[in-house]
Amino acid sequence: MAASGTHDANENYLNHEKGLWSWLTTLDHKRIGVLYAITVAIFFFVGGLAALAIRTELFSAGETIPNLGPNGYNRLMTYHGAIMVFLVIIPGIPAFLGNFVLPLHLGAKDVAFPRLNLLSWYCLLAGAAIALTSLLMGGADTGWTFYTPYSINSAPAVVMMAFGVFVAGFSSILTGLNFIVTTHKLRAPGMTMNRIPLFVWALYSTAIIQVLATPVLAITVLLLAMENIFGIGFFDESLGGDPVLFQHFFWFYSHPAVYIMILPAFGVISELITAFSRKTIFGYTAIAYSSLAIAAVSFFVWGHHMFTSGQSEVASVLFSILTMLVGIPTAIKVFNWVATMYKSSINLASPMLFAIGFIFLFTIGGVTGIFLATIATNIHFHDTYFVVAHFHYVMVGGTLMAIMGGIYYWFPKMFGKMYHEATARLSFLGIFIGFNVTFYPQFLLGANGMPRRYFDYLPVYEPLNQISTIGSYLIGIGFVFAAISILIGFIKGEKAGANPWGARTLEWTIPSPPPHHNFDKTPIITAGPYEFR
Amino acid sequence: MWWLLPTASASTFMPAQGTKIAAEVDTIYAFLLISSLISFVLLIGGMCYFVVKYKRKSANDKTEYITHNHTLEFLWSFIPFLIFMFVFAWGWMVYHDMRKMPEDALEVHVFAKKWDWRFVYKNGKEVTAALDENMKLQPSTMVVPVGRPVKLIMASEKVNPSGNDPTDRPVLHSFFIPSFRVKQDVVPGRYAALWFEADKAGLYNVFCAEYCGGGHSAMRGLIRAVAPAEFEAWLAGEAVSTEAVAQVNPLVAKGKTLYAANACIGCHSVDGSKMTGPSFKGLFGKTEQTDKGSVKVDENYLRESVLNPNAKIVAGYPPGQMPPYAGQLSEDDILALIEFIKTLK
Repeated sequence: MAASGTHDANENYLNHEKGLWSWLTTLDHKRIGVLYAITVAIFFFVGGLAALAIRTELFSAGETIPNLGPNGYNRLMTYHGAIMVFLVIIPGIPAFLGNFVLPLHLGAKDVAFPRLNLLSWYCLLAGAAIALTSLLMGGADTGWTFYTPYSINSAPAVVMMAFGVFVAGFSSILTGLNFIVTTHKLRAPGMTMNRIPLFVWALYSTAIIQVLATPVLAITVLLLAMENIFGIGFFDESLGGDPVLFQHFFWFYSHPAVYIMILPAFGVISELITAFSRKTIFGYTAIAYSSLAIAAVSFFVWGHHMFTSGQSEVASVLFSILTMLVGIPTAIKVFNWVATMYKSSINLASPMLFAIGFIFLFTIGGVTGIFLATIATNIHFHDTYFVVAHFHYVMVGGTLMAIMGGIYYWFPKMFGKMYHEATARLSFLGIFIGFNVTFYPQFLLGANGMPRRYFDYLPVYEPLNQISTIGSYLIGIGFVFAAISILIGFIKGEKAGANPWGARTLEWTIPSPPPHHNFDKTPIITAGPYEFR
Repeated sequence: MWWLLPTASASTFMPAQGTKIAAEVDTIYAFLLISSLISFVLLIGGMCYFVVKYKRKSANDKTEYITHNHTLEFLWSFIPFLIFMFVFAWGWMVYHDMRKMPEDALEVHVFAKKWDWRFVYKNGKEVTAALDENMKLQPSTMVVPVGRPVKLIMASEKVNPSGNDPTDRPVLHSFFIPSFRVKQDVVPGRYAALWFEADKAGLYNVFCAEYCGGGHSAMRGLIRAVAPAEFEAWLAGEAVSTEAVAQVNPLVAKGKTLYAANACIGCHSVDGSKMTGPSFKGLFGKTEQTDKGSVKVDENYLRESVLNPNAKIVAGYPPGQMPPYAGQLSEDDILALIEFIKTLK
């Protein structure tokens, strides 16, 4: 560390070292965050193209895209789901925004295990590479859930893809471990657990799920491989296994994984709402502990994906009531955000627009979750477009809106420049309106009985499908504007000061972009994170 | 309004109701819809009001420093809790009715395979997809009487039941009747059950709701609910096999042949006498003590005991006496055997 003695005012993490090699071997959490940003953006582009192709195929009953066929369609929907879940939304907020912001929020110089942090990124890359080689083996067509026994027939592409998910899972586990240790051990002096920003609370709760739940996915994938390779009967009924056991294992990971996807988004929204309302958060303790409560209950609700699988009535009833319980801490958060806006001073810059859009869309996603948690109505909605609409309102309307808001909020900090505001607002309009046009009709399709994962449908479902497809193109246009607003920011964005938003958390007390070691002097904390007095 | 247009024979938001349970489900749906609309308007309306009213006016606006309010926080936790518990209990009650199989139901056997439904009645009448006179594909159509409970006993089978191709394995399907608001996954290796009672004559769609590959969206069926007399006439008419006599159930006859041909006869009596294995007389519906606890003898237990006899051994009988029949009997054979055992009261 020869450079640490001298200090150059223009030195920052971006120009601290130069060359591609310095990026590929970096141990700096901020640079690793940027690496994740690039990777996730590429995967998002690929998954997004698949989504547009899916919607185009569904524009009319029968085959719409020439020569795609049901088998081509089934591969599209499998890769769209797997890429978006495992390579975009799961790493999206924790690994990208979290990596960049968490140490800054804590007043730390880096995460606790910088080398492990870099390894996480390589795990994600390796996992993605392995998963995508399955395309060369004919491509997986099982849907992202890999349900047995269908998936046993689709080997080896499914085995390859599952192995990729297994490797990418370690990225998630290691990042979670890193965040837990960092939060416990590297807080600045005076920063008690009641003074850490809510984004950190959200990441911390997420990290607990990542560390505890992801290994179950790894175990499941291993069992699947053992069954395929050695013929040991776990899930294959002709070998004495049980196909439904796979569903239990799969959702034991994948339901908590839903909260890996949404909890960090809650954290981003808490930051955005306070900063742009210039007001302390309403109910800090309630928001912080509701994240932990959601993380805890999330382990006990997996069976709500299986009400029609033939599991016992007792099991279904228990899973239904536990699922209802998740609704309460979730509702508490939304109420707290809206209450924070009372008697505040609201700046409607793009990040805040995305935060408001989040509350709007997530509320719809949340209440339709109650429709699905109620067993009697679930039986009808299960595996129909109602479910597709519901989880897109949560995952896209929720998580993706939060990612977009977070990108615009922290972009000035990351690169020292402002993004282009007018195009950013246009991107919000395109995404928000397009999203509702795409997914609201899907609630109606599902209620009217159209099952999901359908290449073709009865002609009566055509009008609503056409509206939905048009909406998806609007979302696409919205994201083109988003890319333009960021590009203009890079090329000729005006210089951002240390604190362009007037926010109070620690990252805004240091220059933009931050210096290599974040804080020249370790900050001493004497108050909470949102002291707007 | 466009979203009220009838789609899939929909009345309003949901497909036309074909059963009493469908009406009960729709009442819950309507309650959820109205209560969530009210909450949404209150919450999002409030938020929009705040956005307009408290829009930033100058760079140095002062804001109130409000950290919490215990009464408010208690109320907005407790009121949702009460509403959630209420809909939970309501949803459970209706679900309980869906899962309580009626005793006197007309039983129809459903076989699911990639990618077709096959319906088998007790008299051996079998319905599959067919080409009509215009050479158009007609999905498998199950005819049921109006006003009588119908219980479906469903199994998943291979595409070629007698073949030995290891890649041809039964997969998951799900029997979904939107108009009846019921759905049940068909899981390979066991029987799944579903019941409904159509209260209006009509034609209702059946979809496969669990992803099963290339033909998933083409795996359609129909249910035609007709007046009981019309149903009886349909059931007795055409397609019944030649040797079918009115008193003899062909499925049972087949099961009886299999009972003799597959060496069941050597160990299981039909008159109640104890041989190497338990007697078939009065077996169905009885509760047996086994080495894995007490078991009610139903279709699934019989099926398991044929395919994997040592899974649950009835108390008093030594294990390892009977060879497993997995891979030697087709789904149809097992069904016929079970139907035969059912008749031995």
